[in-house]
Formats: sequence, structure tokens, C-alpha cells
Amino acid sequence: MALAAAALVSGAMAGAAKAQDTIKVGILHSLSGTMAISETTLKDVMLMLIDEQNKKGGLLGKKLEAVVVDPASNWPLFAEKARELISKDQVAAVFGCWTSVSRKSVLPVFKELNSILFYPVQYEGEESERNVFYTGAAPNQQAIPAVDYLAKEEKVERWVLAGTDYVYPRTTNKILEAYLKSKGVKPEDIMINYTPFGHSDWQTIVADIKKFGSAGKKTAVISTINGDANVPFYKELANQGVKATDIPVVAFSVGEEELAGIDTKPLVGHLAAWNYFQSVETPENKAFIEKWKTFTKNDKRVTNDPMEAHVIGFNMWVKAVEKAGATDPDKVIDAIVGVQVPNLTGGVSEMLPNHHITKPVLIGEIKDDGQFDVVWNTDGLVPGDAWSKFLDGSKDLVADWKTLKCGNYNTVTKKCGA
Amino acid sequence: MINLRDFLRTLLLLVFTTSGAFAGPYEDALPKFAADSYSDTEAAIGTVAASGHPLSLPLVEALRDGRLLASAGQVFIREPSGGLINAATGQAFGPVPADLKPVRLNNRVRRAIEAAMGGLTLLSSGAAARREAARAVFRSRDAAALRTIEQAIAREADPDLKLALQAARASILLGNEAASTADRLWAVETLRERGDQDALALLSSLPAGTQPEIVEPADRAADSIRSRLALWSALQNVWYGVSLGSVLLLAAIGLSITFGTMGVINMAHGEMVMLGAYTTFVVQEIIRTHVPSLFGASLFIALPLAFVVTGGVGVLIERTVIRFLYGRPLETLLATWGLSLILQQAVRTIFGPMNREVGTPAWMSGALELGGLSLTYNRMAIVLFAFAAFGTLLLVMKYTSLGLYMRAVTQNRRMAGSIGIRTNRIDALAFGLGSGVAGIAGVALSQIDNVSPNLGQGYIIDSFMVVVFGGVGNLWGTLVGAMTLGVANKLLEPYAGAVLGKILLLVAIILFIQRRPRGLFALKGRAVEA
Repeated sequence: MALAAAALVSGAMAGAAKAQDTIKVGILHSLSGTMAISETTLKDVMLMLIDEQNKKGGLLGKKLEAVVVDPASNWPLFAEKARELISKDQVAAVFGCWTSVSRKSVLPVFKELNSILFYPVQYEGEESERNVFYTGAAPNQQAIPAVDYLAKEEKVERWVLAGTDYVYPRTTNKILEAYLKSKGVKPEDIMINYTPFGHSDWQTIVADIKKFGSAGKKTAVISTINGDANVPFYKELANQGVKATDIPVVAFSVGEEELAGIDTKPLVGHLAAWNYFQSVETPENKAFIEKWKTFTKNDKRVTNDPMEAHVIGFNMWVKAVEKAGATDPDKVIDAIVGVQVPNLTGGVSEMLPNHHITKPVLIGEIKDDGQFDVVWNTDGLVPGDAWSKFLDGSKDLVADWKTLKCGNYNTVTKKCGA
Repeated sequence: MINLRDFLRTLLLLVFTTSGAFAGPYEDALPKFAADSYSDTEAAIGTVAASGHPLSLPLVEALRDGRLLASAGQVFIREPSGGLINAATGQAFGPVPADLKPVRLNNRVRRAIEAAMGGLTLLSSGAAARREAARAVFRSRDAAALRTIEQAIAREADPDLKLALQAARASILLGNEAASTADRLWAVETLRERGDQDALALLSSLPAGTQPEIVEPADRAADSIRSRLALWSALQNVWYGVSLGSVLLLAAIGLSITFGTMGVINMAHGEMVMLGAYTTFVVQEIIRTHVPSLFGASLFIALPLAFVVTGGVGVLIERTVIRFLYGRPLETLLATWGLSLILQQAVRTIFGPMNREVGTPAWMSGALELGGLSLTYNRMAIVLFAFAAFGTLLLVMKYTSLGLYMRAVTQNRRMAGSIGIRTNRIDALAFGLGSGVAGIAGVALSQIDNVSPNLGQGYIIDSFMVVVFGGVGNLWGTLVGAMTLGVANKLLEPYAGAVLGKILLLVAIILFIQRRPRGLFALKGRAVEA
């Protein structure tokens, strides 16, 4: 009754007063430009989650209000729009970014204005900030288990690390190279290859991979090729007759959404490593897919891993706000560590003191209908490492915002700040 | 109701199963398929393939195609016609459990299937099946298939197929410690004659501890294959270059009209290519839902439509925007750049930001092996198409009145106007022609690239590079420019890598333009006067 009265009063009052009666949530995803292909979906899933929370009665007795901005795949614009969301719109938290460079671009803004960012995409790690919560996978939650799977199940001995030339593939490949060498793989059995963004002529590289793979040892490709460049890459693989049974390709950036643009019949058996697949059969996932299709009014819309990361991140934030009894960033940052929410693959993910979360790792094989068949998964949930154990510069670093209050504490020199 | 065929088959199987009334290895293996474990499935495939049971081939085929269903220890084969038969009895009737699920596959299981199929179909009557079987055995090196393959070689009449079968036999013998030295030396020789990358792989990966009298000839054979392949790989790189060059040519050829002959810096050129690709998508969607039998011809249907659609958009743009901006290159650049953003966002709003699937007709899939060269059909089609488009455009410019008028307007607009050419109309048509050609390039590029709103962005810089390098206003310059850049890029790539290769090429072009600002083939005309 009190609620209804409050709603009535607020409805009668002018806009300025109304602003205080809703909790604003910022959505910072590109809706135009090159990244729109991936990020538009994340905006939609956030709108759905907020809508759903409002139907449940909102948060702390207030309705949630989504504030959507379009940073247009333009990195400096990300920082500008983030500033606008925090200073002008006074949002309680922001869900957004896809590429690492966009995250790096908004970081100073979130630190300066002390707000909260939930970042939903798998990334290269080597970072832990007080104001950022990383709900996507760190390399130890995606890349390393995928390599283990190939070495164990497919008996792979020769490795091609192929990636787009930017920070995520470069760092991930550096970690993987160190990891493979630590497992006794010889340098001549590792081939590293970088291509520009949007590379579309893969003839030479696929031929090189074929050649590299014909040395008599089982070969696999670890692909950190980004976004749009994947379609011509897979088309070329299919045309040159590279089959998954000969040289499997395991990708870290190819999900259900990316496969929507390809005829997947020649690709059956190639792999992807994620923490979520649409094909996972759990009641939670079934309900989520159902809601998503109803919300988008489109029966063909697929779900993917970063969407699940937003679901987990949003639910964690809601729980933390309820626990803290306020949306004040400092209180929420303190309250959210240790918060547990169910993920969509049947486990319970927890926010760790290093601001990463625990996730299961799944390996899926591409099916002819563009979905993935889960062929392997970790027994339990894997906690995300902010700093890789396999790199010289970071193996002594730990992040702990609960007790140490530090994102890069050096365990050797016992000092905060590498 | 049992029809005659079903009845006969049942009878046959009844005779087979009742006569023995024993549980053979085949029957023992069946429950393993229902265990939902990849290693069990893999083991069961081997057992089934070796059992000689009449149902083993249909069973393995069904497994490969996802038609093998299992439930609670029982296994069923769904026939291509839709009927269900029990894999244990071969009978079509009996209670069928409700929770049937296809037996799941992974790459390991798929490899086992391939190997089993190889062994099972070596003696098949179809030549294509035998060829596939020889290939499968060559890959699997499954010693169990040795006896069958020797039988198959003795029977084979087709010399080509015989060679493939012998290579398969050699692949088994080479690494087999139990085989005689003479046999293994024969294997080395056979593989050396085959001389491809697969043979090289076999020869250079002999197990440790192989006798030196086999290792030495194998090493020599591997060396000779290597030097042969090095030659082929140089040729292969040239082919890659020609194929990249033809993609550049396609993308740039329309621009060489709008920018080259008309002098319009058209930043929306890439979006015309994109519109062409989306036209292909729409055409294919309509064909898929209404007349799927026409799918193989979808690209030919899309070509004229793409020309009309993008040509129309081109004329519209010229009439509404560009004609007010002639002689003001900076404003044209900004206006067309704005147009390109508008077109991209419009397509994004209508079709969504996701990639759209444009299918490849069957005749454009796969590759032709020619000696040591591997020529993919889709690239070959694009090379031929690019040259055809170039030739047609050249003819239009040379031998039609439109071409004549266009050249006249390009060389001297006022004089052309004075002798009665409607220069306005020619401008619009020329811009339409350039855009239309970009549209048909989009049809071809939809086969190798993403069909997304960003498609055009990837080509705009390259197109300008080709036109400027080749010489503004000269179609032949565009051809030579595109091919030079393509081949140079592909020859650099193996040594410098894709990223550095591109940078080196850009630097080379900048230096070249410093020496010859008008490109390879300079032309007199409006571009010169401006």
C-alpha cells in the first residue's frame, strides 16, 4: 500500500523528484559501428533483466530505470559516454564494454568518479580494479582448459596460435606459449600468427596451417581471431578441405551469434571453449532461453556466453545492493565480494575478492545447426585468476580487494603496486 | 502392413540371426553405443567394423549421419526413408522406447567412423565410394584393413584408383614393424611417387627405432618431395596473389569510374558493394523459401538485380547530393562519408547487426587439386568473374554511345556540352554504372566475406589504393594496379606475415606515389584539370 502511494506521489511530482525514486542503471554497449554486431544483443539482455526485476517489484522498493547510450564502437567515445552516465544521469552501476581497449578507455573515468562497471566478456586477464567486476572468463577459465582438453582428448602435439593483432590475442597467446612450453612442447611445434582486424584473405594462412599440420604430429589451431574475420577464415578452411577430424580449430571468440552468419555443415567438429552454451540442458537455461525469445519476440534469437555473464553480474549486483541496503558504490563494492548467484549451467557462481567470478569451463563442438554440443566440462567451477601464473611479470601478483585492498599485491616484495 | 521389401529383408535377417542364435561380437558391442561415452562408442565402432555382420555398414553409416538412436541399452537405426529398425535384430517392428536420443559424436569418434567406413567400403561397387575408402584408409593407417586393401588392389581396374589404393597400403606398411623390409622399401618408393604433403608427413614421421636401411631412403624421398613442393608453393603463392588481385579489382573497378573518370571522391563506394551482397542475401532467402531447386543459380539471378538496385541507389545519390557538389572535392568527401554511415545504419536497422548467411552453391564449394596446386572453386569463379566484369566494362566504355559520351564529358565537359551531350544525364548514368558495378562485386564478395553492415568498410581503403596506384581515370591501370598489389601482397605474406606485409606494401605505394603522383598510367582529362 505504501509502495502504491509512493508511486502515486512520484507520478504526480515533477521530473526532478521522479529521478530520485528510480535507480538508474547505465548500459554502455555499441549500437552502431563495427562492434554493434556483438554488443547490441547485450543491450537487449540488460533491458530484459531490468524489466524482469521491475516486475518482481524493483530494488529497495524503487523501480529500476535503464539508461542506454551508444558509444558507436569508438573507444574515446566510450570514456565520454561513461562520464555522461555517471555524472549527468547519476547511474548506480554501469553494465558495458566488449573490447579490452574500450574497457581500458573507461577505466580512468570509473576510478575518478568512483562508480561500478560490470564487464561481461572473456578477456586477457592481467588486471584487477576496485571499480570493475569481471564476469567474463579470465584466461585460466577458457584458454588453459581448452589446451588441456586438446592435449588429453585429441592427443595434440603441435599448436598453431592464430589471432587478430591486438591486446587480447597477444596476451592470451603469450600465456598459452608459456603454458605449452612448461608442459614440454618444443618451440618448433608452436606456430604463432597474427592478422589485421577484419582480415578477409585467409588463403596463405590456411595453406600454412595445412603445411604445419602435415609434419606427422597431431595439430590443432587455437584461434583468438576476433569477430568478423572468423567467417572468411572458416569459409577458407572448409574450401581447402581442412576438416575437424584432421586439424581441429578451437576458438575463444566464436559463439552461437557469430555462427549465425555461416553455413556450419563443413565446420562440424570444430570447437569452442566458453563458460556457457545455449545447448546446455538445465532448467535455468531453458527458462532463460524461453524468456529471451518472448522478450525479443523472435523465435530464432540465440543466446551466448557474454549474455550469461550479464545475467550473473546483474543478479550479483542486485543481491549486493539488497545486502548493503543502498546503491552507494563504496557500500556495494564491499558487499558484493562473496555474493553467490546461480549461473545458467547448473552451478552457483561466486564473486571473488579479486573481482573475478567462479565459472565452469565447457568445450563444445560445432553442430550442423549452428549450435554447440558440449563434449567436455570441468568437474566443478574454476575461480578466475586476475594475474596469470605462467607469465614472469605477473606470477607473483595477487589481487584481493577484501583484506589486502589491492589489485596487484606482490607476494615477494610484500608491496601493493607491482 | 509389411511391404515386400521389408518382408524380404526381415526374412533374410531372421535366417541370419536364428541360424546362429548366438551373441557374436556385433551384438556384444551394441549396448556400448547406448552408454553415452565417447570411448565406449569408439571401441564399439572397431568391434562392429571387424565383425563382418551384414548390418555393420548401415550401422556405421547411420552413426556418421546422426541416425543411430539409443535408449536404455537398445540401439536403433533410423533409415534415410524415416523408418526405424532395431540394430540388434534388423527388424522394423517391436516396441520403440519414447526417449530415443541420437548417439553423440566427437572428433575421436568421427575419426573412428572414417576408418571403419574405409575398411567396410574398400570392396564396394561404386568407384566414388572406393576412392573415399582409399583416402580414409590412407589417413587412418589401420593395419586391420591390410588384407582387404590387398584384395581391392588385385581387383581394381581403374589405374588412378589403383594408385590411391596402393598409397593407402603403403601408408599402413611404412610404419608397421611387422612388415618385411622389402615391403616397407616399396612403401617408401610408392609414397615418394605420390609426392604430396600427406606422403611427406608419413615419410618424415617414422617411429623412433626404425632400422636405418628404411630410414635412409625415407629421408631421401622426403627431401626430394620437399624440394618439389617448394616449387609448387611458389606457384601457389602467385595464384593466391591473382585471386586477391581479382578481389581488389572487383572492389575497385566501380570506383575507377566514379572516382577515376568522374573525379568524385566517393566514400560510400564500399556501401554499394555491401548493398550488392545484401541483395544476394535477399534473393537467396526468397529462393530458399519458394523454389529451393533454383539455389544453384541464385548468384546468376542476384547479379542483374544487384546491378539494378545499387545502380538505382547510385543514380539517386548523384541526383540528390553529388550533383550539387561537383568541383568541391572536400565537401563531396564529407557528404559521401556521411552517406556511407547512413546506408550502414539503415541496413543495420532493417537486417539487424548480425552477419547474414549467404550460401555457397555446390558448384562453388571444394577445391581442384592440380599437381601440387590447390585451387578452390570459389576463388576460381571470382577470378573469372572479375575478368569478365572488367572486359564488359571496357567494351561498354569503348563501343557504346554511353561510353563515348562519358569519355567526352571526362575529357572536356564544356566542349561536350556545347556539342549537345546532356552532361547532367551522363553524370547520373556514369555514377549509376559505377555503383552498379560495385553492386555486382558485392554478389561475388558475399561468397568469401561476411555479409554484415560493415562489409564495405573493409574494401574502401584498398579500392582507393588500387585506383590511385593504377592511375586515376584508366581502367587498364586499375587492372594492373589490382594484380600488382595482390601478387606483391601474397608474395610478401609468407615472409613478413599478414600485418607487416600490408604495412610494407603501403610504404611502397607511398614512395611510388611520391615519384609518380599520377600513378602507373596517367591520363589526360578532367582529373588532370582539377
